[in-house]
Amino acid sequence: MPDLDAEFTALPLRQLADAALTRARELGAEHADLRVERVRTQSVGLRDATVEYSADGEDRGLAVRLVHDGTWGFAAGVEFTVEEAVRLVDQAVAVAKVSAPVNTDRVELADEPVYADATWVSAYEIDPFGVPEPDKLARLTELCERLMAADGVDHVNASLQAVKENKFYADLRGTTITQQRVRIVPEFTAVAVDRAAGGFETMRTVNPPVGRGWEYLTGTGWDFDAELAELPELLAERTKAPSIEAGQYDLVIHPSQLWLTIHESIGHATELDRALGYEAAYAGTSFATFDKLNTLQYGSPVMHVTGDRVVEHGLSTIGYDDEGVAGQQWDIVRDGVLVGYQTDRNMARLMDLGRSTGCAYADSSGHVPVQRMANVSLQPAADGPSTEELIGRVERGLYVVGDKSWSIDMQRYNFQFTAQRFYLIENGRIVGQVRDAAYQATTTDFWGAMEAVGGPQTYELHGSFQCGKAQPGQVAPVSHGAPSALFRGITILNTVTEAGK
Amino acid sequence: MTAAYLRPQEIVERALAISRADDCAVIVTDRTEANLRWANNSLTTNGAMRSRQVIVVSFVGGAVGSVSRHVSNVDDLALLVSASELAARGASPAEDAMPLVEPGAPAGPWEDGPAETSIEVFSEVAPALGQAFGESGGADRLLFGFAEHTMETTYLGTSSGLRLRYDQPAGRVELNGKTGDRSRSVWTGVGTRDFSDVDVAALVSEVSGKLAWGSRQVDLPPGRYETLLPPSCVADLMVYLYWVSERRQADEGRTVFSKAGGGTRIGEQLASIPVTLRSDPNEPGLETGPFLAVGTSGQGTSVFDNGMPLGRTDWIRDGVLQTLVTPRWWAGKSDTAPSAYVENLVLEDPRGGRDLADLIAATERGLLLTTLWYIREVDPQNLLLTGLTRDGVFLIENGEVTGAVNNFRFNESPVDLLSRMTEVGSSSRTLPREWGDYFTRAAMPTLRIPDFNMSSVSPAS
Repeated sequence: MPDLDAEFTALPLRQLADAALTRARELGAEHADLRVERVRTQSVGLRDATVEYSADGEDRGLAVRLVHDGTWGFAAGVEFTVEEAVRLVDQAVAVAKVSAPVNTDRVELADEPVYADATWVSAYEIDPFGVPEPDKLARLTELCERLMAADGVDHVNASLQAVKENKFYADLRGTTITQQRVRIVPEFTAVAVDRAAGGFETMRTVNPPVGRGWEYLTGTGWDFDAELAELPELLAERTKAPSIEAGQYDLVIHPSQLWLTIHESIGHATELDRALGYEAAYAGTSFATFDKLNTLQYGSPVMHVTGDRVVEHGLSTIGYDDEGVAGQQWDIVRDGVLVGYQTDRNMARLMDLGRSTGCAYADSSGHVPVQRMANVSLQPAADGPSTEELIGRVERGLYVVGDKSWSIDMQRYNFQFTAQRFYLIENGRIVGQVRDAAYQATTTDFWGAMEAVGGPQTYELHGSFQCGKAQPGQVAPVSHGAPSALFRGITILNTVTEAGK
Repeated sequence: MTAAYLRPQEIVERALAISRADDCAVIVTDRTEANLRWANNSLTTNGAMRSRQVIVVSFVGGAVGSVSRHVSNVDDLALLVSASELAARGASPAEDAMPLVEPGAPAGPWEDGPAETSIEVFSEVAPALGQAFGESGGADRLLFGFAEHTMETTYLGTSSGLRLRYDQPAGRVELNGKTGDRSRSVWTGVGTRDFSDVDVAALVSEVSGKLAWGSRQVDLPPGRYETLLPPSCVADLMVYLYWVSERRQADEGRTVFSKAGGGTRIGEQLASIPVTLRSDPNEPGLETGPFLAVGTSGQGTSVFDNGMPLGRTDWIRDGVLQTLVTPRWWAGKSDTAPSAYVENLVLEDPRGGRDLADLIAATERGLLLTTLWYIREVDPQNLLLTGLTRDGVFLIENGEVTGAVNNFRFNESPVDLLSRMTEVGSSSRTLPREWGDYFTRAAMPTLRIPDFNMSSVSPAS
């Protein structure tokens, strides 16, 4: 296990905590916590194998969140001094007082054991921030150049994001936690331009963003050399592919696309804050309201969905959440029925659910923790079929690979997705790519039409760095595991027809 | 701020003084923010935040190093400057390398400290909200929403002698109202600089009025409908169009603004009505930074252009595409004038237009939308976007709103809509709801579209 970052642990974390928590106790706070965060980011962009930008960033600060007279108060700053920690407590109490007239629900938190001096570090081998910049740029440039040299590729876009997150949390009850995690996502897109006709096509790699280090770029967890070698041919095939005929099709969906449908139609729909209306004015609510817990038929009986913050290399994985709750795994949909939600401590108490599932997260010290998504994953069938076997069961359908465009309504019913690749299936065999396809469905109809899930051999963990929620807006990283899965009778649109052409 | 904390101007001067790069640009952004969020007639979260970002951009032999670090003292600053230089020395020369921008007209009182906001900015808004929440119980109405005020002061100094400073206030209130059973939902929102112009009671009354419109519910199937797109919807669609207005991408044949056979569509009549789509840092009520300040190149922007003066830019004039975003280096290659993204956007028919009430009165049968949501690109070739209607689709019959309609998923291209619109109303300040996190300064008209493509029904409310 890598060590905790010495620059972070050298900050006066405990002195700040003592000062803030002592002051909070003096002012009569029912709950108070001090959070210190340091988030390092690297963001690189290449255009046609030339580095367009490379930015190395850091966000560092401290925040106090407290409950005063039953009302939340939050204040955040950037100076690591005892005076500042005390000032933030005073400010947070002032915020609670200004807010009191608009608060009608008394805030109370679900119980959680105390963790004194706990530490946690994510599973990675090479800290991306320890690799010399020229080495990183050289590897990315080399991969782009190879793609750029291929026939039929006119342009190449590539990007890399790497994040190293350090969190320190201490609260009035005596929990003190120091954590560190690393994540990385490279992305490569090949572009073919038809100047004469004025059209263009793109094909992007389908590698997942992962909770790994720089080793991900050099062969651990993904084979970029192999995927990039295939990309030009996949792009060429797409440029010549026939346009899809709109209608009903059976779909076999690969985890590289299905993860996003899981994210949008299950992940967000089973966030308890959304079901309760906390996101109503912004991210939206959920059709899976609390009164439907244990009764809503979410999908077919083969549907088993879990939430977790513990899976190795998962993007939402962490030892303890931003309210000091230890990571867990639990069921969200079992035998096709809604059986669980993602919660934080206030909501768990409010709805009498016992312990929080540990989903509080803030993307920086400057933001208040809110309930964010766990790794929400569709489980494979123990002796389930391979992807080829699923395709073999389809007379006329599409095999769907790699996410692209996505959109879903504010209650998580109606969605529309496109993909990197749609392959036409006829009589159990793949015929070739088609273009201009999008699939559209209503959440419970779609999951109800899931006839089979693949076996563990088809299971992959995909995800995103960029899940957006809350006001002020926060982004959160999250992974979703899925097997390949077979859906019957899904509506496919032709996007050119949709555009009225 | 306590005395120990370095002043922004001191950071800029010290960093430039110790830099050993060929050239250097330093950007310090001090930000304060206050917010209140509520749901179900009660507070959910709140906060008062302070942050600072320090970016040092080093230029060495045409290569760039851009590093941002926490800076609390001069030692931190020295480490930051050397990390930035090291990054530049390890990088290859940049394609967009240009001499830095030379000093011109001064912008802002350089020596002034950062402007600030605080939670007290809501001292009148919070009690007014509290009162509205109290009244909601009896009115069978649930209120949800968010009020935010931010103040950001940017200091930009370069080794070419620029010292530029700008205070950017930004604020918004969003108010979402639902019936007690949550079956109907409406929304209103405003952008503001200082909250002095925010009338909570008026917003609450607008929400109540729209909820009343929904007392008759009409189910309509998917299809193409005559549709009035109000300013917030138009803003979200036009902001997306603005974001893909990069000249280089168009020159390379990779956007909706690329021309078949090569080149761009500049000079082409895009709109059926002679509208102007423009940005202007001095737009009254929508004022924004008069110079470019960026930490990195990318997406139509060059880090070498830091400090470039921004002025009024007509992207579309008289319905004709005029300008695409072009940094100085690409302008030199493509023999055109440079331009850059300005953080506001105005669409208007310079001849004026009718207000919403008159547009409704002139509609025999059609839909009136409130906002759009979850807008994503389906096909970049024609800029086909998908998304949902949200918080109020109303049926207009014989010049009057006669009921509320179910929500729809749409598939439409803003470029295509410009060519199909049949009427442009008067423009007014609006809040782009989908992009409000990034883009709050817009003035837009209501557009009449004769055949807006509602692709499927959304059961969401």
